[in-house]
Amino acid sequence: MSQQKPLHEGLFTWPPGQVELLGSRCQNCGEHAFPAQSSCRACAGSETEVVSLGNQGSLWTWTIQSFMPKAPYATDETAETFRPYGVGYVEMACGLRVESRLRESSVGDLRIGMPMALELIPVRRDEDGTELLTFQFRASPETA
Amino acid sequence: MDVAIVGLGLHPFGRSPALTGLEQGAEAARAALRDAGTEFKNMQFAFGGSQDGGNADSLVNLLGLTGLQFTNIWNGCATGGSSLNAAYSAIKSGQYDVGLVVGFDKHPRGAFNPQPRDWGLDDWYGETGLMLTTQFFAMKIQRYMHDYGISRDTLIRVAEKAFRNGSITPTAWRRTALSRDEIAEAPMVSEPLNKYMFCSPAEGGCALVVCRADIAQRFTRNPIILKTAVVRSRNYGSFEVFSPSQAPLLGDAPTVNASRAAFELAGVGPEDIDVAQLQDTEVGAEIMHMAENGFCDHGDQEQWIADGVTEINGRLPVNTDGGCLANGEPVGASGLRQVYEICLQLRGDAGARQVPNQPRTGYTHVYGAPGISGVNILAR
Repeated sequence: MSQQKPLHEGLFTWPPGQVELLGSRCQNCGEHAFPAQSSCRACAGSETEVVSLGNQGSLWTWTIQSFMPKAPYATDETAETFRPYGVGYVEMACGLRVESRLRESSVGDLRIGMPMALELIPVRRDEDGTELLTFQFRASPETA
Repeated sequence: MDVAIVGLGLHPFGRSPALTGLEQGAEAARAALRDAGTEFKNMQFAFGGSQDGGNADSLVNLLGLTGLQFTNIWNGCATGGSSLNAAYSAIKSGQYDVGLVVGFDKHPRGAFNPQPRDWGLDDWYGETGLMLTTQFFAMKIQRYMHDYGISRDTLIRVAEKAFRNGSITPTAWRRTALSRDEIAEAPMVSEPLNKYMFCSPAEGGCALVVCRADIAQRFTRNPIILKTAVVRSRNYGSFEVFSPSQAPLLGDAPTVNASRAAFELAGVGPEDIDVAQLQDTEVGAEIMHMAENGFCDHGDQEQWIADGVTEINGRLPVNTDGGCLANGEPVGASGLRQVYEICLQLRGDAGARQVPNQPRTGYTHVYGAPGISGVNILAR
């Protein structure tokens, strides 16, 4: 049976149910960061807490990755199976803008300000066949 | 005590299959020493940097084991700016009278492939395909075009200018002017930027001999005064490369801080600059850096570039040698190539690309990951 787990712990809620991004919030100045970090890049405070950043946002900027990146890119794709993917910054409810792969990968499907929703996607399988997952955003199904 | 640049050396950028990166650095250093009519044994110090060409201080094996202080500098694409800043401080402080600044590189073909852990990030960021400088520059100009009404035509015009200027620069790598259509129809790399809108990693070397201004005449009849050399890192809120997240409020880019400080220290303003080099690793960078360096307001670039303001004969010539777009980017050398070009322009030695009316004051700006800017102001 195929197992799944996050490629990297702590980026999103797991097990997913309704998946949400995880970040940190500074208890001193209130600024957020993604991924969660133990000190604050705004005020240099060291009291931070892990919080949910939610799973909805709006697209702040975007591009399309048209060629397969060199290492350290590490997916199960080959030069033959590689498909261009979108990349963008998605503005979350707290205002933080999170960089993410985007499901949409053509010019006509992406525009600044469009509502986006979080989802999980497979990156590759590890040695024992476990599917490693990361997050991406897609056009929000509610408005699609 | 003022600081003067008295020797200029360049090993042409591009591809030099017969030479290592280090050897290209040595060629540049020898050329700078010749230009200053001096020898390596007279150098009291050196600052040098390279990303992929080896440790800069290995140059002593090629130039001579003289026992000088040789410090390696590494600040990403801003390495050249940081090296010159270190030399400026060494002379300004009174510690030394004369020394060498050198940068060189030899990168493999294709886009850079940085490793996340070198930049304080975890492996997932690179493994999932987010760690590409090309994506960042594309996303920054995409948002900028949306916010300030910059058109695709303006992106094309900047590339046209770069290759046109490159075509009259004997040391440039890309020496063929390209038509508007050739640029417009090139394959897309990272929307909205296509193949001719990005510079490429390359090879090459550049070196400068710097000294106390009061002894400059020993080396040259036409010293260029380095009025100031400023380096700044990023503020909270600035939109920078290799950032998994950005703060809600956009802060000033490091370029804004470096530029303001440089103008203040040099006692001149943007209106005093006769010729400039602005980091143009892609066309959007040149456009945005015009405003970040204080030369115009955000959005003015659309009209300025349509009016030819940044052409060689314009009011503010920018990247007269074709910049990174036409010269490629050997990271360790690139920031010094900018200074080399401005010195040539101020000496009146820039040949077919010479800015008219004897420019007096010049400006260089380099930007590097993960958010470092170096600004130099030069005058004759």
